[in-house]
Amino acid sequence: MNKKYDAIIIGAGHNGLTCAGYLAKAGKKVLVLEKRYLVGGATVSEEIVPGFKFATFSYLVSLLRSEVIHDLELVKHGLRMLPFETTLDLAVNGDSLYREPDHYRTYRAIARYSKRDAEAYDDYKLMMRHVIHAVRYLMHHAPPNMDFDANPQALIDLAKHVGTVDKEVLYTLIQLLTISADDFLSQWFETDILKAGLATSGMIGSMVSPKSPGSGLVLLAMYMGEIDGVYRTWRFAKGGTGGVANALAQAARSFGAEIRTNAPVAQLMRHGDEVRGVVLESGEEITADVIVSSLTPQMTYLKLAGEEGLPSDLVQQVKRWNSFGSASKINLALDGVPDFKAMPGYGMHLAGGFNTNVSIDSFERLYDTAKYGDFERHLFIDGGLISFADPDMAPPGKHVMTCFVMYTPYHLRQGTWDERREELGDAVVDTLEHYIPNIRQLIVGRQISTPLDIERLINMSGGNIFQGELRLSQMFLMRPAAGYSGYQTPLHNYYICGSSAHPSGGISGAPGRLAALQILADGKK
Amino acid sequence: MPLPTPFHTRTAPLCESHSWRDWSGYLSPSMYELSFEREYWAIRNAAGVIDISPLFKYDIIGPDAEAMLNRTVTRDMRRCRVGQVFYTPWCDETGDMRHDGNIIRIAADHFRVTTADPMLRWFEDCGYGMDVTITDVSTRYAALALQGPNSRAILKQLTANLDLDTLRYFRMGMGIINEIEVMITRTGFTGDLGYELWVEAQHAEALWDRLMRVGRAYGLLPFGLTVLDMVRVEAGLLLIEVDYIATNHAVIDGQKSNPLEAGLDWAVNFDKGEFIGRKPLLADQERGPEWRLVGLEVDWAELERLWAAVDLRPKVVYRTTSRESVPVYRGGTNGRLQIGQATSHLFSPLLKKYIALATLKTPDATLGSEVDLEMTVEYSRVLAKAKIVQLPFFNPARKRE
Ligand SMILES: Cc1cc2nc3c(=O)[nH]c(=O)nc-3n(C[C@H](O)[C@H](O)[C@H](O)COP(=O)(O)OP(=O)(O)OC[C@H]3O[C@@H](n4cnc5c(N)ncnc54)[C@H](O)[C@@H]3O)c2cc1C
Repeated sequence: MNKKYDAIIIGAGHNGLTCAGYLAKAGKKVLVLEKRYLVGGATVSEEIVPGFKFATFSYLVSLLRSEVIHDLELVKHGLRMLPFETTLDLAVNGDSLYREPDHYRTYRAIARYSKRDAEAYDDYKLMMRHVIHAVRYLMHHAPPNMDFDANPQALIDLAKHVGTVDKEVLYTLIQLLTISADDFLSQWFETDILKAGLATSGMIGSMVSPKSPGSGLVLLAMYMGEIDGVYRTWRFAKGGTGGVANALAQAARSFGAEIRTNAPVAQLMRHGDEVRGVVLESGEEITADVIVSSLTPQMTYLKLAGEEGLPSDLVQQVKRWNSFGSASKINLALDGVPDFKAMPGYGMHLAGGFNTNVSIDSFERLYDTAKYGDFERHLFIDGGLISFADPDMAPPGKHVMTCFVMYTPYHLRQGTWDERREELGDAVVDTLEHYIPNIRQLIVGRQISTPLDIERLINMSGGNIFQGELRLSQMFLMRPAAGYSGYQTPLHNYYICGSSAHPSGGISGAPGRLAALQILADGKK
Repeated sequence: MPLPTPFHTRTAPLCESHSWRDWSGYLSPSMYELSFEREYWAIRNAAGVIDISPLFKYDIIGPDAEAMLNRTVTRDMRRCRVGQVFYTPWCDETGDMRHDGNIIRIAADHFRVTTADPMLRWFEDCGYGMDVTITDVSTRYAALALQGPNSRAILKQLTANLDLDTLRYFRMGMGIINEIEVMITRTGFTGDLGYELWVEAQHAEALWDRLMRVGRAYGLLPFGLTVLDMVRVEAGLLLIEVDYIATNHAVIDGQKSNPLEAGLDWAVNFDKGEFIGRKPLLADQERGPEWRLVGLEVDWAELERLWAAVDLRPKVVYRTTSRESVPVYRGGTNGRLQIGQATSHLFSPLLKKYIALATLKTPDATLGSEVDLEMTVEYSRVLAKAKIVQLPFFNPARKRE
């Protein structure tokens, strides 16, 4: 016996859950179907080593829209955003730069290298604030329908908004979207470790280097966050990013949504161009008025819907969708407290993030090697001791270190990730040891997720962490395909709501929210 | 210069910000780090410890101790069993609040009162002619408040002789920590799970050292008065001279409040017999108090709306509790009418709402109704829509569990 639902959401990643929450809050009868045993997708926390909770994939939160937090009452459902305020950039030659919330201490830290840069840092932050403030509009609006006659208002609104942006800000924005992070940052800074430390935001999750055009766009995308009205703040969610997913799931349930785990969807139930339900891998069929996919375009269109009856221009674009991952995630369970060579002993720096191998040239070299299908042994790691931010992540006195590792390409020239997974783990430990001499003896367990593992576990095709590279040709009107950028698909009653939709990836909930608003608006017609 | 407390040799080196406040003449850290964020979240997510030695402490001992307190304070002290702690206000003859504090019943004839202001003369006068001795033990005991979800786990590591799982909310037990006798009360000013540790001053440093050594593994951080003032508002706890004015500091009658007006009706027992201020309080109870303490909440959408008017995002975080009282109105911008004032207000980083403790005219103090709270947005006074909500704003189950 099948119940009929108003909406079925495929995938309980944070966007699927957000979409479910909004639809359920509007009174819809919603069912969420998740392949894995737990909700969250790329935002999950799992106890892999007994007693130690790992943030399996994503680890920090910034982009999460305040509307989502407040509309879905996430605080009531357990969302807590803990401070994660410092960054320690570490260079291979022993240089280091420690940035912290206190303005003048950071000023002095930068001034050790360059007083000019220390001053420019404020100007840079202010300019970026203006740019973010201008671009923020896009986080709350679906890409406009480009057919002016059919829907003039969205284009008029966008034009009006652009028209109000200060011209200097607008030109800076255009630069940022088109040039490399290194070129962009060089307009302000001369110090390599500072420039490289800032440039890391332009590399995250993407197959670009600081000197590749397009890294500016990635940098901007990573800057689009705000917490409680303060732009560019990053925080650690209590319980890891799984804490965000759990709060979203609880919120959705409180509004009446049903969530089923261990329920992978095999394909859609189609009647010509109309979608009427889903078929689970178990063979079970479930019908609903609206089906929403939170998955990658490849999964949404090629696997679940099937090519048949889809416009060929869409199929071609989806087949060429670039979603080859370059990032891996290594989590370490530690028996004690790591000791940084650059900042020995206890201190607030332990409760923040650190970056290894920070220099523009190093990043370029890492990128080159990755471009040719291999990874370097001395890696760039974006790391953090998350158990200092939230002691509940590990048993008392023990710790969890998250290591987000860049330039580990999906396509290896030699061997497979199954063969080379441990080799990557060893390279990460070797790299860490250069900066944290006592790290090796502290490790009591580790979890390694290569791009292949990310793909396998949550069907993130190609392993790209954002369900598709952040590049101009895959953003806004082009996400996930030119001509198919809204949340509707060419199939009736079939929608998309994941990171491969506008405004793209990261823990924002924005695609999930905008898709829900679209579905509700369509339902009212 | 204010005096050091018995913990000063330990707190001073940790007070990286060098930001000190004067608490009853003692040097007291305002915050330890340059940003209060970690201290604040330690209380709500791990554990925090604050030196509360500057509190005044009085031993009230003798066959008439119970009777003396019972006629002084508004709660029924006969119901306070040995090992129990009562929070209570006390009033002067007009029924207005003279002060408030915690009373620990150490033995049948032995109570200890802790208060923010000196109270020796008042208590002595109240006990005049009774068989009771009142001793100021303020400097004899040093004290720490260990607060937060991990506080019990930490304390369990410190003391084996006391069963902390059965020590209930507002109960007291004697613990042995490092061969030092420590009185442990499950109390605090944070509205969270927490304990206060009372120790003879000469053992203060040893207690601190042991606590910090063990606590580190549980994320324990020392915290100062700045974040204490934030979490106590979340907990809906009143602060003297901020949310109410003690009768001995009130210059005009209008500045005084009685416990019924201050939301402390639950702490006034009219059935226990005579106590100071009973008659006027009873009359006020029958008439219905003119004022009511309420909680106000301004939600995020409203904050966004207010700041959007000047093309800014809400500027509310990284600020601590404001004790600058602001008017509360009803009736909107046109024809507005002041109905009271908010006395403590802040953006709660935990609740992600702007919250305020306010005293409103009783007819306007209905739960759930909407009022206008004055806020300042870029130098302009604006009215924020606020909802009257149940206090406390934050009340985790672990506080009592
Ligand atoms: C290693 C890593 C680190 C990251 N770090 C950060 C970070 O620190 N901060 C940040 O903001 N972002 C980070 N990101 C990006 C961010 O996590 C993602 O962009 C975002 O979580 C994706 O959410 P989503 O809901 O769009 O998709 P997903 O999380 O991919 O959700 C899709 C869901 O669908 C399920 N599913 C797949 N196929 C099926 C099927 N056939 N049937 C049913 N269910 C199915 C999956 O299991 C999954 O739960 C990171 C990502 C990764 C992988």
